[in-house]
Amino acid sequence: MRHSVTVRVGPAAFRVGADWRSPIEQLRDLYRDYPAFGGVPDFTVSLSAARPWRRWIRPSVAIGGDFTLPEAAPLPLAHGLLAAEMAMNLQMALGWRRHLLLHAATVERDGRALILCGESGAGKSTLAAMLHRTGWRLLGDEFALIDPATGDVHPFPRPISLKNSSVALLRDHGRWGSLLTGTPKGDIRHLIPDPASIAAMTRPAVPALLLFPRFGFDAAAREVGGSEGFVRLTTASTNYTGLGEAGFRTLTRLVHHVPMAAIDYPDTDVALTLIEELWR
Amino acid sequence: MSAAATLVRVLRDPGAAATLDVAGWTGLIACARAEQLLGTLAWRVDGLALPAGVAPILADARDAAEAARRGALWEAEMARRALVPLGVPAILLKGTAFVAAGLAAGQGRAIGDLDLLVPRDAMAAVETALIDAGWEWVKPDPYDDAYYRRWMHELPPMIHRERDRMIDVHHTILPLTARRRPDAGALIAAAQPLGNGLSVLHPADMIVHAAAHLLADGDLAGGLRNLWDIDRLVREWDDPDAAAVLRRHAAAHNLADTVALALRLSHRLYGTPVDPALAGAARPSDGWFVRRLLARDGWGRPTRPATRLAFYVRSHWLRMPPAMLARHLWIKWLRKPPGA
Amino acid sequence: MRFRAAPADALLQASLDPFTAVFHRPSGQTHLLVSPAPEMLAALADGPLSLSDLHDALAAAFQLEDAEGLADRMAELVAAGLVTAEPAA
Repeated sequence: MRHSVTVRVGPAAFRVGADWRSPIEQLRDLYRDYPAFGGVPDFTVSLSAARPWRRWIRPSVAIGGDFTLPEAAPLPLAHGLLAAEMAMNLQMALGWRRHLLLHAATVERDGRALILCGESGAGKSTLAAMLHRTGWRLLGDEFALIDPATGDVHPFPRPISLKNSSVALLRDHGRWGSLLTGTPKGDIRHLIPDPASIAAMTRPAVPALLLFPRFGFDAAAREVGGSEGFVRLTTASTNYTGLGEAGFRTLTRLVHHVPMAAIDYPDTDVALTLIEELWR
Repeated sequence: MSAAATLVRVLRDPGAAATLDVAGWTGLIACARAEQLLGTLAWRVDGLALPAGVAPILADARDAAEAARRGALWEAEMARRALVPLGVPAILLKGTAFVAAGLAAGQGRAIGDLDLLVPRDAMAAVETALIDAGWEWVKPDPYDDAYYRRWMHELPPMIHRERDRMIDVHHTILPLTARRRPDAGALIAAAQPLGNGLSVLHPADMIVHAAAHLLADGDLAGGLRNLWDIDRLVREWDDPDAAAVLRRHAAAHNLADTVALALRLSHRLYGTPVDPALAGAARPSDGWFVRRLLARDGWGRPTRPATRLAFYVRSHWLRMPPAMLARHLWIKWLRKPPGA
Repeated sequence: MRFRAAPADALLQASLDPFTAVFHRPSGQTHLLVSPAPEMLAALADGPLSLSDLHDALAAAFQLEDAEGLADRMAELVAAGLVTAEPAA
């Protein structure tokens, strides 16, 4: 393709190509602190004009690649970076087999990992960014990668995708990607993980606590039992079924060894307090 | 050379992979994924020295193919449990048949739906038995339903409500609208039992079916994979009279020229050993098929849009007389949602 | 009619209180079972049994629901593919 870049995050490398210069330049900027990658990438993503004339006239980006969803609608070129990030997520969700993937944010302290597992809107990314700011190492805000051989969490520290309200909470902190306005997810900006998290992106951590956060409710915390946790995690995993026996062994080990709790929170300060209490 | 041409060269001669650099491997892998041949490629280059980063990708592909094999065999087993009480012949087709019979064509192969062939007069009983066992209709649309039942060679697709897997029940191997009429009774009569109540097609009929599927029933999408099936089936079929038997079966199903073309293409791309008398002399139009089959770049994207369009039109032309095609497309257009 | 369980090496089990998670290797599927389904699979592990023999075997060990309930549970295990029904020998 006309423009391309290869980036590596944690264990996975992506080749992203585009018909236009701008999304590739934005990606280069977003990933400029990540180590260069010169090998054969795990996944290919292509951002191409939905129709030939759409390269110039109201340019719109069709998402292609090794793994695609037929219902993924094209995005305007101004959201090309979002298209690239979504496409990279999609490759992991549908194509990655070396770890059990949980839709979760993960941070680490003292070699132990905290997994925050929740649906979109549960506030995973915001909580991960806030914890990261207070000194936790960022392992990832989108996927927790559980190693079937060891049970450890492998980092996948992509830039954290934050909505406008959360951007305001964290402004003046860290390095940011360009602002994307009016996307299907609202206004979005990416917070780049700190250099220590990027430098340690191949160093796993032992899962120590698994939380299911829920935003917009009065503060509450309750223990989650094995059966409930197992069901919640199978539905939060994009590749549990695909991994077969390895998925079953990995998930049952996680559920048996890691304490689980559901927490409700009305705002992030309350959530951080709850988390610190449960972490001890 | 197109990435698809590189893919064909490495499938044919795995040693050729030794000359690939990082960019060559990157394009090869993307193209093989798009052609649903990555698992096959992984098996072909097994044991060769591979650049760092390639080995885990191919190990994943083998792993995924093994999961596909297992899933396909289980679907076949569940269909068997549902259909055995009926006492009608049930014949596995395509990928599931290859893995159930342990054929080389199944090694590393991606497998989608479960395809079954049953006698036409047993279709109603089979439908009822499958519904009782948890399968249900995918398309509740009356036009599509009527169209399928009247003109296609299969029941409308069904999906299992628990396992979320599709089953296609055929009573012959080409649509009734197609200009060819394979002899479904002969297919069933010659089928080879697996010993568990299910059967697979006779080796000659597997090749005839693969050729029909490749050339007489579609726009050649996924053609390199279908052609690879043919290569493996021909190479593995160990019978000194194979050429004569294949000639007889192809003629009986009114598909002699289709099989001949498939053999020429397979020989040209994969070096398949073929009987020259059966395959016939190369024709100028063969090159047109080769161009279509190789129309994919190192980003996994389709190339040669004009050639692809020509084959798309051809596929509908093959399936339906023109007036019927117009009616079909008209009804499809009418039903487009506003603004689509 | 007799009922035959999937061979023991086809199943992986994990106790998750209150459920038992069962991974079935041939299908790659996970089933969450509640009592008495895990006990039924265990009782069938040594060989196929008729429903009434199974009922007797289980009743000896613990409190059991009525025979009709057992037949319903069995139908679920058959539908899941964990048990096959076969004509009596």
